[in-house]
Amino acid sequence: MILLNHSQIEALLNNMAAQLRMHLQEEQAPVYMLGIHTGGYWIAERFYERIGLKSELGGLDIHLYRDDFSRIGIRYPVHPSHLPWGIDNATIILVDDVLHTGRTIRAALNALFDYGRPARIILAILVQRHGRELPVSADIVGTDMVLPDDQHLKLYGPELLSLHQVTRSSRS
Amino acid sequence: MMPSALTSSKATPLQMGPDGRLRHLLSIEGLSRELVEQILSQAESFLTVAHQSVRKVPLLRGRTVANLFFEPSTRTRMTFELAATRLSADVLNPDMSQSATRKGEGMLDTLRNMEAMQIDLFVVRHSLSGAAHFLAQHASDHVSILNAGDGSHAHPTQALLDAFTMRKHFGSLDQLVVTIVGDILYSRVARSQIQLLRLLGVRDLRLAGPPTLMPTAIESWGCRVCGSLEEALEGAHVIMMLRLQRERICGAVLPSTKEYYRLYGLNEHKMSLAHPDAIVMHPGPINRGVEIASSVADGPHSLILPQVSNGIAIRMAVMAMVASPDA
Repeated sequence: MILLNHSQIEALLNNMAAQLRMHLQEEQAPVYMLGIHTGGYWIAERFYERIGLKSELGGLDIHLYRDDFSRIGIRYPVHPSHLPWGIDNATIILVDDVLHTGRTIRAALNALFDYGRPARIILAILVQRHGRELPVSADIVGTDMVLPDDQHLKLYGPELLSLHQVTRSSRS
Repeated sequence: MMPSALTSSKATPLQMGPDGRLRHLLSIEGLSRELVEQILSQAESFLTVAHQSVRKVPLLRGRTVANLFFEPSTRTRMTFELAATRLSADVLNPDMSQSATRKGEGMLDTLRNMEAMQIDLFVVRHSLSGAAHFLAQHASDHVSILNAGDGSHAHPTQALLDAFTMRKHFGSLDQLVVTIVGDILYSRVARSQIQLLRLLGVRDLRLAGPPTLMPTAIESWGCRVCGSLEEALEGAHVIMMLRLQRERICGAVLPSTKEYYRLYGLNEHKMSLAHPDAIVMHPGPINRGVEIASSVADGPHSLILPQVSNGIAIRMAVMAMVASPDA
């Protein structure tokens, strides 16, 4: 079942861009944007266009840092991380499509700190839902959704984005 | 004395789990192209780990890897060890030349004892063809075996890192002209390379080397045996040099290293016959002035050192794949 179509996602991104500009008003440190592969990266690509950063957009692969490797193993396809700048003392805008349990963000923070020590991390999320299992909260949120526990949010893209509600598989 | 099963060079579904997952890596033979592509893609991710401030990922935290090198090795052993430590595994490097095997303990007893120490993954190098295969046949369900070179049979991670190096440089392999030069007969590297390059769609695969070191009926593997190095180099995109083992230099097989270098050594003059963007590879260690001139080994076409870095990423990928649970 489709929950958000492309134009609805675009409207949320406009609103998120306005929120981010507020966050960055007094920013002194270099600012870099990093999307979490794959859905978060698709969101970051559009978010990045709206913010107009001069630095290149980065992509973060968190599957090497997942806490469920011993249960589900390696996932395909693979999108290697690409951080074209040093993150020490920088402000990082970390972008993902959905914030649910918080485990993806935990993995992303672990991955990020293996690259260096950023001054600040701003977490931007298109959709957040209840069900947090770790103390993680987003700074910038497109929208909130309430779903039954057995339902999963999945972003389809990358050309035309759409967010769907799907029944969660046992291995996700 | 090794049992005759040890000499079996036939790869079986033994290396695949019941769900098609890679359980052991013993040989290129029997792997699907899809699985190989997955290993190569996975290695791309692991290559980025080398650029992190902390060159480690937590994937194999709590697992133990043992490097069982019954035959001397420096580069392969170090890159397997680095691969395991970068995956956060605990690594054991028993000195097999001083181990219980010297006191007569059989390989199976060594395996059983180390399984009792809760080792999860064994990296095995042995001078006898089929040694890794033999251990895999007898390993417990939770244990994986990686072949780091067995006799003149196979060296699958070397072939994978070579293909990975080519793919990184050229994108795809199917239009490439690839030349392998040297001792094809005894080379486990060449055997695995030929199998893998054919699997990945290389159509023009050429071999050059002394006729005494060329296997019979090798054309049936889908390669062309060239009469001279010059013929094999004509328009080649990839030149894979093999190390000449010194023990082969005895009258009947090869008259002298000087003669070998004259006929099969790669120098700048011969390089000019290859494609202008050709790359030169070598599994190491290099015999400078025997199979390759220093000016080529250290020259602009050489990818010999990137091969070493790529080897760590490939070995990380393979370790992570065999450590993945069943679907």
